[in-house]
Amino acid sequence: MNLDFSFYNWDLISNFVLKGLYFSLVLTLVATVGGVLFGTVLALMRLSGKKWLEVPATIYVNGMRSIPLVMVILWFFLLVPAIIGRPIGAEMSAVITFIAFEAAYFSEIMRAGIQSIPKGQVHAGQALGMTYGQNMKLVVLPQAFRNMLPVLLTQTIILFQDTSLVYAIGAYDMLKGFEVAGKNFGRPIEAYLAAAVLYFVMCYALSWLVKRLHQKIAIIR
Amino acid sequence: MSWDWQVFCQDTMDRDIVQSCFGKGGDITYLDWMLSAWGWTVSVSVLALVLALLLGSLIGTLRTLQDRPMVVRLGNAWVELFRNIPLLVQIFLWYHVLPSLFPVLHGVPGFLLVVLALGFFTSARIAEQVRSGIQALPRGQRYAGLAMGFTTFQTYRYVLLPMAFRIIIPPLTSETMNIFKNSSVAFAVSVAELTMFAMQAQEETSRGIEVYLAVTGLYIVSAFAINRIMAFIEKRARIPGMALASAGGGGH
Repeated sequence: MNLDFSFYNWDLISNFVLKGLYFSLVLTLVATVGGVLFGTVLALMRLSGKKWLEVPATIYVNGMRSIPLVMVILWFFLLVPAIIGRPIGAEMSAVITFIAFEAAYFSEIMRAGIQSIPKGQVHAGQALGMTYGQNMKLVVLPQAFRNMLPVLLTQTIILFQDTSLVYAIGAYDMLKGFEVAGKNFGRPIEAYLAAAVLYFVMCYALSWLVKRLHQKIAIIR
Repeated sequence: MSWDWQVFCQDTMDRDIVQSCFGKGGDITYLDWMLSAWGWTVSVSVLALVLALLLGSLIGTLRTLQDRPMVVRLGNAWVELFRNIPLLVQIFLWYHVLPSLFPVLHGVPGFLLVVLALGFFTSARIAEQVRSGIQALPRGQRYAGLAMGFTTFQTYRYVLLPMAFRIIIPPLTSETMNIFKNSSVAFAVSVAELTMFAMQAQEETSRGIEVYLAVTGLYIVSAFAINRIMAFIEKRARIPGMALASAGGGGH
């Protein structure tokens, strides 16, 4: 079988691939920001020492983490329109799903980060008369974020790879872009190969950058 | 909204409710279908796990050979290759691309191709765990083995690997649970596993919530079962005084 990549021209790339790539990147970005915010709230709930906050957060995090992402995507695609009473597109549904799902994973990272700050720092903050909020905002969270930055970024790379799973509800992401292009031009094999290469290049470059960052941070500390 | 759990007792062809909930003769109900789908999920996952453990242990070990830089580089390339392409894309590569590039693979059933895809994908992650497990051991262990006159192979077989595998049981537990979760991606190439069942049964019966709840329940039961099995293995293999990977710091 002969491979023929000549059908890849700029028109095709901008019409099919870039449209999908744009959605994949937006989804990754929104889900990372939303997931980190929601995940931090979940982590604080779990570390609050108050049962009524701890138990629901723990159930949520462990529940999300024991269900396959594809099932979570299907659940949200079924439930969100039923709850709000009107249909939402596959893309919007994917955004909500990824924020809710990744928050569980980010919260575990944040929890480890917060726990990596020695108790003495918290006590020192309290001794200075800081409230819980001030202590978290000024002492604990800035350091926790910095300790956790490499792991957070690695999780973001995994998240970017996971965005391909919106295939299950037919959202138009990068993989879908390649697939549609491949089908339209009767060259599905080349399309899948090109998709694999592009994913690999992007993820490899990003993980190399994270490694560099990790070394930098490790030296300063 | 009201529940309708009877949906599982329906025959998949004529939609009549079967009294016993299990089809007779050649007929199958949705319950039958779901249980067989669970079987497919378990088969894909277990076979992929065996493949991933074998390959991952081999690659992970090769990456710690101190006097073979070429081998180490190859091992690293393996890990980077399988870690940086999304699983779904890898499954498409195995299912659509490789058979048309290598005609030998034409007759291979899709089920096996998915096992290969999932196994190779996970092997990279297990190789990473095995490598970090071996490197967590004090250097002296390797030297002690060599000083005793062991060959490199014997040093790994009798000194390093028995310790390393015990250290990495906790991360291996989560990788095993990940394999079960990741097997859901096989829906994309029409392997009749749980997620595929969930999508099709939802479409046919319009009882999405009941179907999804049951499937989600089965995934949670599977995850819990693996957790218990691995805890049992961990307990049986434990050596007094040895710390595990998740325990972090101190000891070895």
